[in-house]
Amino acid sequence: MSNTTTALSTATDAAQGQVTEAAGHAAAGTPGMPQLDFATFPNQIFWLVVALVVIYVILSRVALPRIGGILADRQGRITGDLEMAEKLKAKAAEAEAAYNQALVDARAEAAKIVAATRADIQADLDKAVAKADAEIGARAAESARRIEEIRAGAVTAVAEVARDTAKAIVAALGGTADEKAVAAAVADRMKG
Amino acid sequence: MQGDIAAMGAYIGAGLACMGMGGSAIGVGNVAGNFLAGALRNPSAAGGQTATLFIGIAFAEALGIFSFLVALLLMFAKGF
Amino acid sequence: MAGEAEGQGLSFHPMDQFAVKPLFGDALNLTTVTNVTLWMAIAVLCIFVLFVLGTARRAVVPGRMQSVAELAYGFVHKMVEEVSGHDGLRYFPYIFTLFCFIVFSNFLGLIPGALTLTSHIAVTGVMAVLVFLSVTIIGFVKNGTQFLGLFWVSSAPLALRPILAVIELISYFVRPVSHSVRLAGNMMAGHAVIKVFAAFAPLILMSGIGIAVTPLSILAITAMYALELLVAFIQAYVFTILTCVYLKDALHPGH
Repeated sequence: MSNTTTALSTATDAAQGQVTEAAGHAAAGTPGMPQLDFATFPNQIFWLVVALVVIYVILSRVALPRIGGILADRQGRITGDLEMAEKLKAKAAEAEAAYNQALVDARAEAAKIVAATRADIQADLDKAVAKADAEIGARAAESARRIEEIRAGAVTAVAEVARDTAKAIVAALGGTADEKAVAAAVADRMKG
Repeated sequence: MQGDIAAMGAYIGAGLACMGMGGSAIGVGNVAGNFLAGALRNPSAAGGQTATLFIGIAFAEALGIFSFLVALLLMFAKGF
Repeated sequence: MAGEAEGQGLSFHPMDQFAVKPLFGDALNLTTVTNVTLWMAIAVLCIFVLFVLGTARRAVVPGRMQSVAELAYGFVHKMVEEVSGHDGLRYFPYIFTLFCFIVFSNFLGLIPGALTLTSHIAVTGVMAVLVFLSVTIIGFVKNGTQFLGLFWVSSAPLALRPILAVIELISYFVRPVSHSVRLAGNMMAGHAVIKVFAAFAPLILMSGIGIAVTPLSILAITAMYALELLVAFIQAYVFTILTCVYLKDALHPGH
């Protein structure tokens, strides 16, 4: 490398021989910079271009489509799985809704049955109550009638007793009881 | 003798050129520090700006690399 | 680096690890098989194993390798879509190619003794120029002369616009430089630092002070190595995302 550097400087700067020599001297102590050794440039560039073209061909022909395919595949699968899950979820929701509907229906039915039963029972009850009322009314009327009868009987008996008593009193007083007058007097008195 | 003076000048020049790296270091520190200050203030926006951070650092750093290059050229590329 | 350190025989050759050497013989021409070829072949092989053999089973529930392959695919795919927009996805294979190559070069370069391909400005430069040219061509093909609106900042005051246009134009043409030098510089710097620390490690064999210095240097190598693992990924990420940003500019130049 130092040779090249020296050669270069000799070519470009032949007049300053001493400087060139100094540069050569300095370069002898230190190896110089391989990066600035222009003699190796064509070689490096040649191999770099070869390497880049090879890498480009490998990547663009094989690797990138494959990796892109893998990623798209995975994305597709994930999307598909998510869709499936969404579908299943919808189905589950549907089933739940159906179940709830059934529950609501059953409840309504039960309520209807309860109401009907209650109405039936009420009707029966009403009928029974009416019947019982009627019976009670009849019995009360019967009792009233009987009481009336008894009262009437008692009044008759009282009148008879009063007549007899009155006849006896009249007889005890020494009179002769006129049957008709006594009865009239008693009836008169009992009236008020 | 003349060559030695030339070499000495080159070495001094290389040393002086290295000062440029300090400026670049300040620049990079400035970029990173300000990014950190901003990121702490609004951490949610920091994630999207890492690319900007690195671009900023790269631009600040390039100038330091230039001075490094000048130093190297002075030291190694005599007669160039 | 200062040649021999204090005459103690410590040798600092942090740049030796990046040397391009022919594997067979000495001659170096266009198609010579060098260590660059070797490590590029290993990178290609790793990519083949991970992305072709790893996904060969096309399992719906991925195994370890397939997970990594899918993760990388998803990572870059999302990045392209978010940054460049939906029409950027047409260029996804190209961006993914770059990402894979850089990531594998970076990580393979961390194997001790390996050549870090991405530390070479020739390698990153070619990639950056490829991105720059294709993005510019895409921009002109898709938008015609409207693509030039990228440089004409219509939201700025009219007087400032020509100045801004010059600045925008310069920054546009600096893009491939910073794009490539960032990656190469990061990889080179980290590896060189590890190598410098490593040069202190044999001090224990040479002087008494080595009892303190050697463990320290080993510790420093470990710490740098951990950092380099992070950097290896981040730089691949940054290269890719900047490619996406440039692509977005080409597809939608109207800011």
